[in-house]
Amino acid sequence: MATRPKMDEELKEINKKVIEMAALIEETIRSSIKSLKEKDVELARKIIDGDEKIDDMEDEINSDCFKFLATQSPLAGDLRYCISIMKMIRDLERIGDHCEDLAKYTLRLESQEYYKELIDIPRMADMAARMVSNAIRAFVEKDLRMARKVWKSDEEVDELFRYIYEEQLDIAEKNTENARTAISFAFVAAHLERIADYATNICEETVFSLEGRYRMAL
Amino acid sequence: MNNKKTKFEIKDLDLYYGDFQALKKVGIDIYEREITALIGPSGCGKSTFLRTLNRMNDLIPGTRIKGQVKFDNKDIYDKDTDVIGLRKKVGMVFQKPNPFPKSIYDNITFGPRIHGIREKNRLDEITESTLKEVGLWNEVKDRLNKSALGLSGGQQQRLCIARCLAVEPEVLLMDEPTSALDPVATSRIEALLQDLAKKYTIVIVTHNMQQAGRVSGYTSFFLTGEIIETGLTEKIFSVPENKKTEEYISGRFG
Ligand SMILES: Nc1ncnc2c1ncn2[C@@H]1O[C@H](COP(=O)(O)OP(=O)(O)O)[C@@H](O)[C@H]1O
Ligand SMILES: [Mg+2]
Repeated sequence: MATRPKMDEELKEINKKVIEMAALIEETIRSSIKSLKEKDVELARKIIDGDEKIDDMEDEINSDCFKFLATQSPLAGDLRYCISIMKMIRDLERIGDHCEDLAKYTLRLESQEYYKELIDIPRMADMAARMVSNAIRAFVEKDLRMARKVWKSDEEVDELFRYIYEEQLDIAEKNTENARTAISFAFVAAHLERIADYATNICEETVFSLEGRYRMAL
Repeated sequence: MNNKKTKFEIKDLDLYYGDFQALKKVGIDIYEREITALIGPSGCGKSTFLRTLNRMNDLIPGTRIKGQVKFDNKDIYDKDTDVIGLRKKVGMVFQKPNPFPKSIYDNITFGPRIHGIREKNRLDEITESTLKEVGLWNEVKDRLNKSALGLSGGQQQRLCIARCLAVEPEVLLMDEPTSALDPVATSRIEALLQDLAKKYTIVIVTHNMQQAGRVSGYTSFFLTGEIIETGLTEKIFSVPENKKTEEYISGRFG
């Protein structure tokens, strides 16, 4: 017996759109790394053009949530869920912006010779992308344990970032003709580090949605 | 945990109507000059509980009660309790505005007269101050001798609150006081409650979750005669501890 059919239906609809947006973000992260690694300029252009779609999705879900709050007056778990979604899609949108920036580096680096094959950056990208995917999965599946685990794994990304940053700095110092590329790679790593940070935000939203407090430590 | 003064301390309170147990081991502290909201589905015992606080259930034949209801540290069910005095201190406002079919003035002065106040000046004073307290003075000062039944629903309810205040109570019990009123009249009562809570302890039964959220500092959730959860209102409506509370305030049953 459904006592609140309209409310449940609207929640379901919002949830569906969030999952769609999340799927698009996951794909965008992977594409932006692929474009960089393979110097795929066409893919990069597609990512840059696609950012608008992500922005639109955020707007749409936001306005759905806003209407939901205004008409359904949710409380407790429903209220927390709605607030978390509004914050989470903002994080997703920002991740999208970082992907767009990464794609721009593909265009910028197109004419540059990579002085070595990209290994650590794709590794870091993979970690960040997986954090985002798992963070989203934890949110959707209401999996507190996974949320905490993902949140914790940010340390590894931070560490890798520091390593890559130092490495590129070193290359730039020793070899000025590679400085341009090295600095770009350092920036790419910085974008990836931010993406991983947003994944931890999503984990925090999951904990808030489920427990009503931002307490990450277990 | 907090340094609020407890006005009512209720422990292990059972109430029976004949064989039917309407309250089961109810326990709650009600703090002074706070608004405590009682929520829960119809028939869960909110009104029954409210009536135990000024012994209005004594008027219902076949009622039996067990447990403790301390008011200012004294059990009101002790044999030596002055029940008339208790009801003077603990007034009640009902769901449907129920002014007497008399003048506005007579409605207000009814209680004070019963309690022995006769001087016209004093009665006039009480009338003016209590009507001012409920924000009704300017609306009715020119028609004090007209029938209270000519007032709008919202005005009548404010008159009923003023009538309670006229005997200088300490506690106001309100049983769904706005459920018969339109939104504007409801807002006025809610604003009034905030004001009154500076001086009085208020216990209000409401079916409107948003109202409980807006006006009260504490909320207690009743279910089939038991208190399931009591806590700060902001906590109950954002992060309730009990699953039943969550289900009820989310409209999943009731
Ligand atoms: N005078 C009475 N005699 C017998 N049963 C009563 C009486 N008043 C209330 N009840 C029963 O006690 C239970 C609680 O009623 P009540 O306190 O009015 O609930 P609420 O105010 O939460 O709707 C209900 O099952 C109701 O039928
Ligand atoms: Mg009732």
